[in-house]
Parts: sequence; structure tokens; C-alpha cells
Amino acid sequence: MHIIENGNVAAALGVKLCHVNVIAAYPITPQTPLTEKLSEYVESGEMKAEYIPVESEHSALAVCIAASSAGARSFTATSANGLLYMHEQVQWAAGARLPIVMCVVNRAVGAPWNVWNDQQDSISQRDTGWIQIYCSDHQQIIDSVIKAYWLAEKVSIPIMVCYDGYILSHTYMPFDVPNQEQVDAFLPPFKPDYALNTEEPANLNTVTLPDVRMNVRGELAHGYMEIRYLLHEEMRTALVVALECEKQFAEIFGRGSNPYIEPYLCDDAEHIAVGLGSLTYQMRVSVDALRKEGIKVGVIGVRFYRPFPDAAIANALKGKKGVIVFEKALSYGYEGALASDLKSALYEHLAGTGDLPMVQNFILGIGGRDIRTEDLTQTLRAATKDRISQEPVWIGLKL
Amino acid sequence: MNKEFIEIRWHGRGGQGAITAAKIVAGAAFVSGYPGVVMAPSFGTERRGAPVMTSLKISKRKIYDLSPIETPDIIVVLDHLLLAEADVTHGLKPGGIIVLNTPKDFESYNFKDYRFATADVTAISVEAGLPHGMVNTGIIGSLERAINLVGMDILIKGIEEEFRTRKPEKNSLAAKIAFERTVAGG
Amino acid sequence: MGTRNYRRKTSHSEHGPGDGGRTGSWRVERPVLDKSLCIPCKRNTEACFICWLFCPDVVISRTIPPKIDLEYCKGCGICAEECPTKAITMVDEAQFSDEDKDKE
Repeated sequence: MHIIENGNVAAALGVKLCHVNVIAAYPITPQTPLTEKLSEYVESGEMKAEYIPVESEHSALAVCIAASSAGARSFTATSANGLLYMHEQVQWAAGARLPIVMCVVNRAVGAPWNVWNDQQDSISQRDTGWIQIYCSDHQQIIDSVIKAYWLAEKVSIPIMVCYDGYILSHTYMPFDVPNQEQVDAFLPPFKPDYALNTEEPANLNTVTLPDVRMNVRGELAHGYMEIRYLLHEEMRTALVVALECEKQFAEIFGRGSNPYIEPYLCDDAEHIAVGLGSLTYQMRVSVDALRKEGIKVGVIGVRFYRPFPDAAIANALKGKKGVIVFEKALSYGYEGALASDLKSALYEHLAGTGDLPMVQNFILGIGGRDIRTEDLTQTLRAATKDRISQEPVWIGLKL
Repeated sequence: MNKEFIEIRWHGRGGQGAITAAKIVAGAAFVSGYPGVVMAPSFGTERRGAPVMTSLKISKRKIYDLSPIETPDIIVVLDHLLLAEADVTHGLKPGGIIVLNTPKDFESYNFKDYRFATADVTAISVEAGLPHGMVNTGIIGSLERAINLVGMDILIKGIEEEFRTRKPEKNSLAAKIAFERTVAGG
Repeated sequence: MGTRNYRRKTSHSEHGPGDGGRTGSWRVERPVLDKSLCIPCKRNTEACFICWLFCPDVVISRTIPPKIDLEYCKGCGICAEECPTKAITMVDEAQFSDEDKDKE
């Protein structure tokens, strides 16, 4: 059923359809309407869940960790400084292998204070062991929340579903809301291998030694390093599991193909623009304009940022003349994180082959600075002619 | 006005309901053969009374560009006092249309390169039985009079659906009266 | 206020009306002072001034009587809430006619 609503409502509907048991969240612009919508669903009885209003984001994720450990399907959402506030728990949830799904409504981080969109918040959590999926429109938001629970519970790794604050969260557009029967056919109930219970009491994530140790059953129990290795290894395997997720989703809902990247006009392109989120859809307009000028350019929206789909990306960019990475975040002191990861993937797969494209990095939209389609088009046009700089170039700066 | 792709910018005050009005028009456009609709409120800190903007893009194809409208086809102004406070005609295409809620006569305005449509939506809304200041449904009638986009039937349906628990008939009546009384030209 | 270099590298703002434009037009209610209840007015001394202290926008002057700058006052009502003698009341802005407003 098609409705016209904003991105936050799309996310809330996804959470409702997944029969989430526990929601713990603290409001922060631009996520607030999402949690408010969920509280309305719980209050009206439309959703049978425990909604726990907490006093901080750190507690929000702590509650989800506890709930998930007890076998409850759990959800939280946040943005910017809220995400940063829960950072300790973000690391914890991944190491604890809990299939929590969290929506990150992308917003710039302080200082200085700023409520508008960029992606520094989720990008800064890149290395935590959470799976990260980026959405480009409302259909992807609702679909990704549903897919996220399927995937998270299959691989026991928490997932951040990220979407641009304001640009997607507060903007209204049409999207299809799957019906409950379809979602129930796709997503089975949450059945963890172990959930806290009084019959089998246990100590979870207590001090874990550098070395392996003998446990009470006489078995060799993993040391810290093994536990952490398995998180990484199973994140890499999740790339394959995601294919199965996408396949099953497509069978039931009739949409979906490539879980890792969303390419547009890339087959015969000589240059490819790359980005995360709604920006990549805006770039399609620039690509269309440049194609009319005879410039062979395409765009790839990266959907899975972590685990990084290095093979898929290298394969899509193989033999191209140039790759132009646009980012709304960066690793301060060096360059855009996506550009770095992408270059590393290209090097791994294509170094020495002659198929290695030149990469350029552009930083834009920081703190919600407007991104004019005309500026994108101009930058893309210039970048296809010449490498503008080895350093990241900031677009739209007004020094 | 190119009926394949239309950009409408709404100027109102926080709490006046510009977003709801734009949403109703978006919904009406969607069911009238415009699969691409995108409606974005002004992003940022909000408070009652402060000038706000909402942008509405309507297209015969899916809209991928969510960036702010730069050259609107139509401007809708929910409160004539905003003309003094915000540059409401900024970027308006030559020959573009301004839809204005004002107690002043059509003749007292002179927007040189633009067409315009005026109505005292504030008074009309009160006449329709709504509280003073609730102009967001009436203004939809003025807009439709000015651009003749989807037909009043669909808009009335959309208004009564959106306001089904809040005086639906009075709200749709405001739109109907505004549609009749809006003076357009220029 | 910091050196020019500091103010350039950091996001540093100072109090004063005007940063948000003519915010007086945002008002839905305006504060009206009853001097017969106002402590500094009645005693003709510099006393109280809690309205000045609490105004988040610094648009009330520390004078006898306190003067509210209606060009910028947003009508938040904090002064009325905090005034210990309830000398300030919030009055519907619509009661003040458009002509009055145009004159301001």
C-alpha cells in the first residue's frame, strides 16, 4: 500500500512490522519524530512492545543490550551527539554479538552545535563492529529496517540503518508499506542461541583473558582475541549472508537486487561518482545532464559500508578512468573515510593490473550546507576532465 | 507552467500548517498521475510564529533530487505580512504565480513580472466556521484556482481525509469558498 | 571576547538583538508591564530586575521602568512567569491591530 509520509515514519513502520519487543530511546533532532511515532503505536496498542523512555542515549543502548540479551527483539534510534553519547555501548553491543537494530538519522556532530545533515556521526562509528547500511530513499529505509532484523539475527551482529537527517527524515515522499503477512513470511521470530534465563544462569561478557582458558565444563573457552576475531570474520561472512537476505526479500516483496551497491548508468561509464545515501540519488540528475553533453559518467550508491563490499566495489570500478568520491564526512587529518576504504579496495584487487582508476575525493554538505545540483554537475564535469587535486577538495566552502 | 514538473514554495509561520497544506496537495497530485512528489519543510529549529518555508515538487517521474527549490513556479504565502519579512519571490520564474492570503484587494498589489492570485483566506476560514488564523485548508482552494492542477474534488477528498477528526467539512468548505473567491491575474 | 584568531577558528557568538532578524514578528503573545506592581517602579530604586535577568534574548532593559524591546521580543513569556509580583502579563498579539504593528 502506497502512502506519502516522511522518512522517520517509514522507519517507524518498519519497526512496527517487525514485531519489535523493546524500544528504548532518547529524543534528538532529527530522530525525534521516529521515536514519537513508535510511542504512539505502543500507546494505542497497535504495537505490542515495551517502550522504555530513558534519560540518555547511553542508557537507551544499555537497555537494548540487556533486552536483547534476554531474547527480546530490540530497537533504538539516535543522531549525532546522541550516537556519540552511546559510543561505549555501541562497542559493547558488537562485542556482545547482539542483533540490535538502530536507526541513525545522520546529523552533524558538535562542536560547534548543528542540527542539520551530514554523515560524520555514523562514519565515526565505522570501526565498531556494527554492520552499516545507508539508505537513499524512504522505500530503502522501511525495507532496510526489515532486512536488518533478518540479517542481524542470522549473524548475531548489530546493524545501523543510516539515513540523512531532514533530507530524508523530514521530507515526505511516496513509498510502499509491505503488509504484515509479507513481513511475517520473511522475518521469523527472534530465537537466540542463548538468552538470559534462570534455568541456565550465566555471566555475559565478563573479564575475558588475553589467553584461552578452561571453562567449568572442561572445554577450552575462547580468549578475548578469538571472540573479537569471530566478530570480524562473521562480519565478512555477513556479506554472503546478505545476498541470501536480498534474495528472500525479493521473492516475497518483489524488489531488491544488489545489497552492496546501487549503480546507475555505470556499464559504459568512463568516470563513476560514488557516495552514501540520498546524495547519490541527487547525483543521478547531474549524471543525466552530463550524459546529454556526451560525458560518459555513472554513479554508485554504496549501501553496505561495513562490512565493506570491497570485491563488489573493485569489480564495478575496474578499468574505469576515474572514480569521484563525494562525502559528507571525513577522517579529520587525512581524507574522506569512504575514499580511503575505496582506494584500499581498489589497490587490493587491481594494483598492478592496469585497471586501477584514479580516485578523487570531494567533501561537501558538512553541517547541512546546501548541495546545489548545479554545483555537483560542475564539479563532476571538471573532475572527468582532470584530476583536480590529490587532497580532498571541499565544495561549497565560503571562507 | 510546465505540467510535467512543478515546484511550489510555501511561506508561512511556524504552527500555521503550511506543511499539512503541502502534504494534502502532494497526496492529491500523487493520485492524479504524478508518481513523483517530494515535500520538504524548512529544516531546522522551529517555533510558533517564526517564518517557515515548505517546498513541494510534483513530477510525472520519480524525483531523485531532494535539494532545495531554486526557481519555483509558484509561491504560496499564507500570511501577507511575510511579504515584508521574507524575500518570498526569491527565484520565482518570470511569469510565475504568487498565491497570497491577504485582506487587501487584488488591485492593490503590483508584482511586475509575475501573475498572482489573492483572497482573504483568513476571513473566509472564519466564515467557514474555523478558528481565526487557520488558513491552511482555505489556501489550498486559492492555489487550485490559480493553477488548476488536479481539480477541487480530489483536493476536497484529501482535506476531509487529513482532517477527518478535526472539522473536515468546515475545512473543505474554506477551500471551496476560497476557490470561488480567489481573484487571479497579473 | 577572545582574540580575532580564536573567534575565527571557533564558533563564537555574543549576546545582542538581531542575529535572528526582526524576531518581534514571531510573537503570538506580547508581555505587558503593570508599573503599579513592578518593584523597581514602585520603589524607584534599582531592585529586582528578575525580568531582565531571565529574558533569554536580553531584550528587557535594566531600567526604571524595565523596557521591553518589541522589535525583538519573541513573546516567550519567561519574564511573565518569573516576575515575583506578576507585574507582567502575556496578552494576545492579535489584540494589537495591524496598524499598530506597521507603526512599530
